Amino acid sequence: MTDVSITVNGKARAAEVEDRTLLVEFLRETLGLTGTHVGCDTTQCGACTVILDGQAVKSCTVLAVMADGAEVRTIEGLAEGDQLHPLQEAFSRHHALQCGFCTPGMIMASLHVIERYGSDLDAETVRHELEGNLCRCTGYHNIVKAVLDAAGTAPQNVAAE
Amino acid sequence: MYEFSFRRPKSLDEATAAFESADDAFFVSGGHTLLPTMKNRLAAPSDLIDLAHLPELHGITRDGDALVIGAAETHCAVAASPLVQATIPALAQLAGSIGDMQVRHRGTIGGSVANNDPAADYPSAVLALGATVITSTREIGAEAFFDGMFATVLEPGEIITGIAFPIPPSAGYAKMRNPASRYALAASFVVRMGDSVRVAITGAGLDGVFRWAEAEDALRASFAGPALNGIALKPEDMMGDMHAAASYRAHLAAVCTRRAVDNQGRLTLL
Repeated sequence: MTDVSITVNGKARAAEVEDRTLLVEFLRETLGLTGTHVGCDTTQCGACTVILDGQAVKSCTVLAVMADGAEVRTIEGLAEGDQLHPLQEAFSRHHALQCGFCTPGMIMASLHVIERYGSDLDAETVRHELEGNLCRCTGYHNIVKAVLDAAGTAPQNVAAE
Repeated sequence: MYEFSFRRPKSLDEATAAFESADDAFFVSGGHTLLPTMKNRLAAPSDLIDLAHLPELHGITRDGDALVIGAAETHCAVAASPLVQATIPALAQLAGSIGDMQVRHRGTIGGSVANNDPAADYPSAVLALGATVITSTREIGAEAFFDGMFATVLEPGEIITGIAFPIPPSAGYAKMRNPASRYALAASFVVRMGDSVRVAITGAGLDGVFRWAEAEDALRASFAGPALNGIALKPEDMMGDMHAAASYRAHLAAVCTRRAVDNQGRLTLL
């Protein structure tokens, strides 16, 4: 067992965990933050994506002890009360989700992509950077539109695809 | 995952000491091969020794005619490095094509090279560029380093600290990815350095990464795709599985080599 201290969505959180505890287990089971989903548990689907020290990572393939001392952002940290984050608003507006299971990971990955590229984003870049996030419902098209919209890029840029 | 003790040394010496004091320790940096393996209970180390934060394993620098990349530098850091982009652009783009964005944020060059997965990208660059693998105890030339599928000449407890790549006049990398796993079904790294040409194939060979001597000879005579006409790899030397038959991999490796020759200075995805 190891004591870990991780800042989650701006709040310092500490707990004693088994060394084999995954970061996603720490978030969901220790902290009760169940917005981060476990889809495949094999580093493929991206549903468990969170932002660890400024970078999007798959929290099913990071140990909680590896994140000791780090800052983590999860889907729960985006909305301000009832006010959704612009990226969440964009996903809603563009019907970028159906069942919603992949959405927390999709949004956290997209958040990092927007933070890196800003309004220079184009559809090809969004598709490349979201390769690690699988969605079985939408066909991705509306997800790309939502991300470009939230980034401040005109969504009609994807119309030709 | 079976239980283990996680240890985070602060220096290379501490890491070596931690290895020696444990029953059956494994080193970990990004953990993007090891943790999935442990989840499947295919590995059960007594101790995991974290190398990700060791200062000795970080940094991307130019040392004369060589580009030296710290072993714990992530694929993302290598891809984004202006120095790598300026000196060996094909290597930067190779790093940017590994796995997906999240994987590139965690996976490291040292981990990839130490694991020597037969479908990994980096081993082809290390071999084609004739890089030197720098470890906690010695320097190992690429030719001597790789020792068959998932095997290297690293001794127990020996830690890769960095890779020194000679900077070539030009290099190109072409890859056909498995669309599900994103590992290479076949890929070719082609380097032109003075009068010499070096070709390394990954993803295809039965014994892991290898140099394709016949293609090198032909390209030395004429550095253009058509020089490879009539030259073929033997299917019996290639891997065959549910994703691609050995004969298909032999064909793909040749196509990738042609593309890497015709597109020097960058990555080409088939």
